[in-house]
Amino acid sequence: MKIVVAIKQVPARDSLLKVDKSGTWIEDADLSWEINEPDAYALEAGLQLRESAGGEVVVLCAGPDRATQTIREALAKGADRAIHIEMSHGASDPLALARTMAKALETEKPDVVLTGLQSDDLGYGQTGVVLAEVMGYPHATLVMSVETVSGGIRVKRELEDGWFQHVEMPLPALLTIQSGAAKLRYATLMGIKKAKSKEIRRVEAETASAAPSVRLERIYLPQKTKRSQIFEGTPQETARQLVEKLRFEARVI
Amino acid sequence: MTGVLAVLEQFEGKLHGMSYEALAAAQQIGAELGQPVYAAVAGAGLQQVAAAVAAYRLDKVHVVEHGLLADYTADAYTAALKQLIELHRPAYVIFPHTYQVRDFAPALAASLGRVLVSDVIAHRVENGALTLVRQLFQGKMNADVRFEGDGPHFASVQAGAFRSENAIKAESGGSATEVVTPVLEASRIRTKPLERFRESQRAVDLTAAERIVSVGRGIREVGNIALIEQLAEAMGAELAASRPICDNGWLPMERQVGSSGQTVAPKLYVAVGISGAIQHLVGMKGSKTIVAINKDPEAPIFEAADYGIVGDLFQVVPALIEALKK
Repeated sequence: MKIVVAIKQVPARDSLLKVDKSGTWIEDADLSWEINEPDAYALEAGLQLRESAGGEVVVLCAGPDRATQTIREALAKGADRAIHIEMSHGASDPLALARTMAKALETEKPDVVLTGLQSDDLGYGQTGVVLAEVMGYPHATLVMSVETVSGGIRVKRELEDGWFQHVEMPLPALLTIQSGAAKLRYATLMGIKKAKSKEIRRVEAETASAAPSVRLERIYLPQKTKRSQIFEGTPQETARQLVEKLRFEARVI
Repeated sequence: MTGVLAVLEQFEGKLHGMSYEALAAAQQIGAELGQPVYAAVAGAGLQQVAAAVAAYRLDKVHVVEHGLLADYTADAYTAALKQLIELHRPAYVIFPHTYQVRDFAPALAASLGRVLVSDVIAHRVENGALTLVRQLFQGKMNADVRFEGDGPHFASVQAGAFRSENAIKAESGGSATEVVTPVLEASRIRTKPLERFRESQRAVDLTAAERIVSVGRGIREVGNIALIEQLAEAMGAELAASRPICDNGWLPMERQVGSSGQTVAPKLYVAVGISGAIQHLVGMKGSKTIVAINKDPEAPIFEAADYGIVGDLFQVVPALIEALKK
């Protein structure tokens, strides 16, 4: 089974973000970067699927040079090889990105494409579904587990409010993986060593031919809409002030 | 190409709560753009749902009926709604940002060469042009987004961004409904949905709690949960958590607050070591008084909070337990 896992590199979770001069992206020169957490779960699901069904795991990542680091980490965790679509930062729209990814996968003909349910930067939560549409694959979102059955796969999907559902579909198919559904593995020393010699195929992103249907005008820090009272001082002082407010102002304790 | 179409979600003949919010959004945006407002609902056996939707002020309710829409599949919903949109050519299509919408709406928009602007939190109309606001970087940044070129333009609205009580009722007799029968073929529906199920009965009803103390990633280790338990006890509160804590098995799933867990609105909600990702915020932002304790002053949870302490929870929480005893 050929399993492609689409991953993205995003700013580390606790980064302090500033808007850059263009006003449409963040100052990203001094940030540290990591794999988009939902994609780490997609990678884990891909590695587990390979363990049960055999085959290979190919990592697909679109991003600038720095994404090589995240790709190497995925290879160190056990992916067999990678495709790096070289493009500037990830602020392109999901349809343009999905078309670029589909093009890069044309010769691969994967049986299963996995990705995280959303990115922690743009958060559109739809690149996977759009990629399925562009590739003509059936799909399922918020997948907790995958098993192979005769004629295809059976997945467990998460629905709202604590409900779940099994869904069956033929292969090839695309799945977006729910975060937290499995324990993430660490790279072993051997894995890190091996990763250095694994293949990374680099492809150039084509310049978009179709006119985009949405435009990001500007980004900005959210305005505080709610007036929150922030207490300052030692832990004892702040705790005392908070308790006083909760007792006598909000009257909730 | 004109009009604002709200695509509503129903399950077993009952509208999803967020459907009313999408309805309110479409009415509001339609009024500001000076365009007619429509609603569509898809499924099988929709007479009751159709009547419920027609109780709202709409220029037309499209009832998309087909046996193959009885059980939700992305393929059937995408095909049916694509036909409706191509027939009626609305300028804007608005969805509630539910799990089901996330499963098919991006594909529907892509099938028409468009991008869904997902999870919209606000909008404005200036000189007849619509600008939508959505969140980036887990709520740390906002973005203004505009549509380019011809419609249909697609957007989904975040839970709570529009208020269902603002949806305007029809004056009398209800709005006109029209049943549409899409052309669907069973052979083109590639996924086969099986029974829906729940994994466990819930023993804790967080929705009934007056006070909730909720813990997030900031707690770092399972052994530290006991500290938060003490705080909950000192406040007379139920213990809850954000998703990562339950995913790790540190607390049972039934204590999870957020879009995949429970939606709560207690008198007091204390978020400890929770950054406030939108998936968590939608589950608790209706709380009367919100307290945030977090070491990151930029954490989005402070945006939702009435009272906040920026600091190390391992110092603040013991001090708080002490202060509560006095």
